[in-house]
Amino acid sequence: MTSSSFTPQCPVPHVESDSIQLAHGEGARLTRRLIREELLCAFANPFLSPLADSATLPAVEGPIVMTTDSSVVSPLFFPGGNIGSLAVYSAINDLAVSGAFPLYLSLALILEEGLSIDTLRRVVASISEAARTCGVPIVTGDTKVVPRGAADKLFICTTGIGRQRKDVDAGVQRVRPSDKILISGTMGDHGLAVLSAREGLDLGDNLISDSAPLHDLVDRLLESGAEVRFMRDPTRGGVAAVLHELVEQFSFAIRLDEASLPISPVARGACELLGLDALHIANEGKLLAVVSEKTAGAAIEALRGHPLGAHATIIGEIADSPSAEVLLVNRFGQVRNIDEPSGAPLPRIC
Amino acid sequence: MKYVDEYRDPRLAERLVEKLHKMVTRPWTVMEVCGGQTHTLVRSGIDRMIPPDLRLVHGPGCPVCVTPLEMIDRALVIAARPEVTFCSFGDMLRVPGTARDLLSVRASGGDVRIVYSPLDAVTLAQKNPKREVVFFAVGFETTAPATALALIQARRLGLRNLSILAAHVLVLPAMEMVVTAPGNRVQGFLAAGHVCAVMGYEAHHEFAARHRVPIVLTGFEPVDLLEGLLMLSTQMEQGRHEAENQYARSVSESGNRHAQQVIAEVYEICDRPWRGLGVLPHSGLRLRKEYHDMDAERRFASNTFASVEPRECRSGEILIGLLRPDRCEAFGTRCTPEQPLGAPMVSSEGACAAYWKYGRAQRRV
Repeated sequence: MTSSSFTPQCPVPHVESDSIQLAHGEGARLTRRLIREELLCAFANPFLSPLADSATLPAVEGPIVMTTDSSVVSPLFFPGGNIGSLAVYSAINDLAVSGAFPLYLSLALILEEGLSIDTLRRVVASISEAARTCGVPIVTGDTKVVPRGAADKLFICTTGIGRQRKDVDAGVQRVRPSDKILISGTMGDHGLAVLSAREGLDLGDNLISDSAPLHDLVDRLLESGAEVRFMRDPTRGGVAAVLHELVEQFSFAIRLDEASLPISPVARGACELLGLDALHIANEGKLLAVVSEKTAGAAIEALRGHPLGAHATIIGEIADSPSAEVLLVNRFGQVRNIDEPSGAPLPRIC
Repeated sequence: MKYVDEYRDPRLAERLVEKLHKMVTRPWTVMEVCGGQTHTLVRSGIDRMIPPDLRLVHGPGCPVCVTPLEMIDRALVIAARPEVTFCSFGDMLRVPGTARDLLSVRASGGDVRIVYSPLDAVTLAQKNPKREVVFFAVGFETTAPATALALIQARRLGLRNLSILAAHVLVLPAMEMVVTAPGNRVQGFLAAGHVCAVMGYEAHHEFAARHRVPIVLTGFEPVDLLEGLLMLSTQMEQGRHEAENQYARSVSESGNRHAQQVIAEVYEICDRPWRGLGVLPHSGLRLRKEYHDMDAERRFASNTFASVEPRECRSGEILIGLLRPDRCEAFGTRCTPEQPLGAPMVSSEGACAAYWKYGRAQRRV
């Protein structure tokens, strides 16, 4: 039985308070009511509904892949998404870029006393919608309430379980010189959208988070026959952080071409204004892949055939140089280092 | 992007580089005053495209870098007070004081916020009437009008819980110090365009004539800097010493009179210590008597700290162009952005930061 064939029977929500109280986390009547009326209805599926302490899942053929993620973004709602859908996509994307089909999610909510029930409902609806769209049921969960000030409104932890694909072996050890580095679209949109929403910066209406699930796009890429050596979703620290992680693990340099870096005009304007580098800024719906030189064209074509990859482009290549560093060739033909982001210019963006 | 792309045009840059190579016939040493210009030069690789005879040295125009250690320590003490919400621009947070930095004050419970404008501090003070909001007013004549406006607005709103820690400095006295320092090699200046956009450049004419040194007021994009270098080289080769304006799209002779009035209403000129350089006469701005009640230094008087400069940090020499960042023995080893000895390694306009961020590959090639 799949989650979609199970039709839950939801009573009309009946909650006595319009905000979360400590009692909602004490395990007694209010806790049960909160779970039953606010959460179970939204997520109902046969694995979750018995409300046992754990979910029993069917056997999976081949290796299973597991990931976990915490979402602490502030503000909870931002242009293009919210903490709920973000938490779902984060786990799904980590599985997808690891070469796994996402199967199940767990969900842990940490609620701050005083959080409005209405906010909780909106976030829960978004989690439910995101999980449903991705076809990945939430099979187990936990809810805690902490006193006012001990958390900032709402934190979410998601764990994802997936089945390793047979057709993929994306690992650093297979990366070699002349391989191409691809990105599925513009850089920095999520981090800038959240920063702009949080700080009330009026940077233009088009600054929208790219928060999205990548599993379909990854499917498209892997099924194109492209020789994919490495995949990652460049979240915190942006593309620069992922590339540094990559060069640290093997002894080649990476050479990026400044003119080919995809950045939307509004994001570019925001970066200019704030003195930020889009290479350092988080994405939540972008795929970065290293693909063999000869299949890079096919890979780009496959990515562009998907709405999330319409602006996919080659941004650089693995250079035949033993120095483990990330370099950029600028418009004047000069080479410079791309540094790892240091410090925390953009805290709590995911 | 308009007003940006045309100043980053590779073909235009190439033509200017060619002209520079033809113009420069003997060795010259020139200083770009502003740290923003240093970053563009190193980031774009212009420092490697120009004739080798044209030597660039990097100037003191990084306000975060020249803020004296005593002032940073004072900021740290104020920021740690339980009743204070301490606001600062982002790149001040990792600047090391004697014992710690603002980030570690925040980690141990201090309410330290990054703001993007001094007016954000006014809003914070309005929204949090029970908090003492303090803004760390660092910067040259470019940011002084904004901090002055914040105080004027706070006064208008009747806010009693806003004060500023004033650490504003002025550019010309620093250029004066460079050009009169024993052993000075600087033969021409690219002056800081943004400062002149506020202050104009009437005073630069007198400065150029008095010190017999050519000055070109220059912008911050690659083509601006190449054009500025070409104008400066032309003057030097022709034996002229005038103040010329490359940045005419932003700078006028008399500057922004309204901004100057705002500065004059709130601040007065004072002697000010610069980190690594000592006290420079008439080089800073302090609050006028009418604004003493909004002076955080007075409101939170404290002198219980003894500031000690790290002995190994040579930022004083870096800031007046006597030492190139990558020639400092601590560069990249005992001094990195994560463990800085001095501000130039962590400020967004610091010369050491520019060399660390962009320059490592270039010097090895």
